[in-house]
Amino acid sequence: MDQFMQQMVNGISLGSIYALIALGYTMVYGIIKLINFAHGDVYMIGAYIGFAATTYAQLGFLPALLISMAACAVLGMTIERIAYKPLRGSTRIAVLITAIGVSLFLEYVMMFFVGAEVRSYPVLLSNKVFHLGNVLINTQQIYIVVTAIALMILLQFIVHKTKTGKAMRAVSIDRDAAQLMGIKVDNTISITFAIGSAFAGAAGVLVGIYYNSIDPLMGIMPGLKAFIAAVFGGIGNIPGAMIGGMAIGIMETLVSGYGYSLYRDAVVFAFLILILILKPSGLLGKNIREKV
Amino acid sequence: MKALSKKNLLILGGLLLLYAAVLGLIITGIINPFYEITLALICINIILAVSLNLVTGFTGQFSLGHAGFMSIGAYTCAIINMQMNSMAGFLIGLFAGAVLAALVGILIGIPTLRLKGDYLAIATLGMAEIIRVIFLNLEITNGAAGLNGIPRFTNWTWLFIFTAASVVLINNFIRSSQGRACISIREDEIAAESMGINTTKYKVMAFAIGAFFAGIAGALYASYFYFIKPGLFGFLKSIDILVIVVLGGMGSITGSVIAATLLALITTFLQSFTEIRMILYAVVLIVIMIFRPKGLMGTTEITDILRFRFGRKEERIQ
Repeated sequence: MDQFMQQMVNGISLGSIYALIALGYTMVYGIIKLINFAHGDVYMIGAYIGFAATTYAQLGFLPALLISMAACAVLGMTIERIAYKPLRGSTRIAVLITAIGVSLFLEYVMMFFVGAEVRSYPVLLSNKVFHLGNVLINTQQIYIVVTAIALMILLQFIVHKTKTGKAMRAVSIDRDAAQLMGIKVDNTISITFAIGSAFAGAAGVLVGIYYNSIDPLMGIMPGLKAFIAAVFGGIGNIPGAMIGGMAIGIMETLVSGYGYSLYRDAVVFAFLILILILKPSGLLGKNIREKV
Repeated sequence: MKALSKKNLLILGGLLLLYAAVLGLIITGIINPFYEITLALICINIILAVSLNLVTGFTGQFSLGHAGFMSIGAYTCAIINMQMNSMAGFLIGLFAGAVLAALVGILIGIPTLRLKGDYLAIATLGMAEIIRVIFLNLEITNGAAGLNGIPRFTNWTWLFIFTAASVVLINNFIRSSQGRACISIREDEIAAESMGINTTKYKVMAFAIGAFFAGIAGALYASYFYFIKPGLFGFLKSIDILVIVVLGGMGSITGSVIAATLLALITTFLQSFTEIRMILYAVVLIVIMIFRPKGLMGTTEITDILRFRFGRKEERIQ
């Protein structure tokens, strides 16, 4: 039982990181129906920016987090403008292939400039351990969960209470109608990319602190898993992405905690295939009928 | 239709001539062992690209898991060939690998091919990852270290035979009534279904045939390069194959052949600059999608172009 509780604690902190990445996927998918393969690499670049800010500029946790989020927001908007915007009218497969291209580009440009070796993050947060019965919780985990929850509340506020959020929701429901109502669709899409990428940047810094190591290909696996989390929660649905992220994080730590860590990735992917077959719309997604 | 029509004899003659010419170059040493590796890569890439083109280009089912089928062929052939160290062992291993890959293709295809577009892409990607993790954990495949010292029976003759056979067979399949059913699914799945085409059956058929030839390519790879490990057949390998298909044109066999040759040559020249090669691949993908989404050849074949140039007038009007 203690081990189970301990794995739940670890799972929730890993899951909140997945949830942050999944939010970006789900927002972008909701608005332009694109699986943004490059999202995992934006998260990788966020981790590197955090690394540079803390190691070379000697900044603390909060400034590094904010700088990384801002830089990733700009990066996300640039990617959208250069690579995805010219393809607004193309087939979804064409945009998907472009997204794979952008992802490869970011990975290997980073590898070209910073090298393929793994770097270790400086210690930013004190690593004090609290005992709750037999369950151990350290300060880093608390920071991660608190940051993630704060950002999610902020996102809920933006999406539901501001004018920009209203525009985002309108564009995701019907782009043409939104345009007819005077919403600037291109700007709204840019803002969506900016917010999603900023969240990925935050997740990158948090992962750097939690796992203490970063490399240029670190974005592939978490990116795919966050996508699975978004699909599980119902893609295009923001609370769904949070629940999905937590679920995938907890599932992964439980599988490795009980001694099957080598099969961890396979279990997550098998889970994805099961969801896609049994309930492709996800937990909270709506079923959409296809019309001719 | 005669099997020995003038056209077929011409194709056979052309193939034999190509085979003899390259063999001559190898014997005289103009193609040295270093370039022979490139030659092998070209052949293996052609088989992979043409088989993925059948699934993605002709049937319109976007698959990101082709490397998974390749690894099944590679491991099966390697394990059988290491037990039976003979030419017969190689051939048995090769066909066993291809058949096994096709069976896995059917098994995975039936549930996942109900999905469409990007969902299918992710599902096939997940499937390839699962296959890789299984190979990583099995005793018989020697885990992450991989299999070393696989006997080498692959030479230019076998490479040529299997490459030519794959291209000709897939080309013939596309021109058969089953192949036309596959193309109709790509054009419009709902319309195809309402014309009475069993879409699931043909999608699974294309998927299984694609997997079969990917298995052959994997077996040739294992036998030619002595050494395989699960890391070779990851997500990036699937992307490599996809780049070839996209560059050549989704729906053009000759396009795939040309692109496979081109990219294998680029890989050889940029051997010591892996990062630059991958950046180049990425830029090629993005630029092609933005400026020429149909790839180099689109859906036309080289024979279409030749016929247009030199064909008789009445043919040209069509």
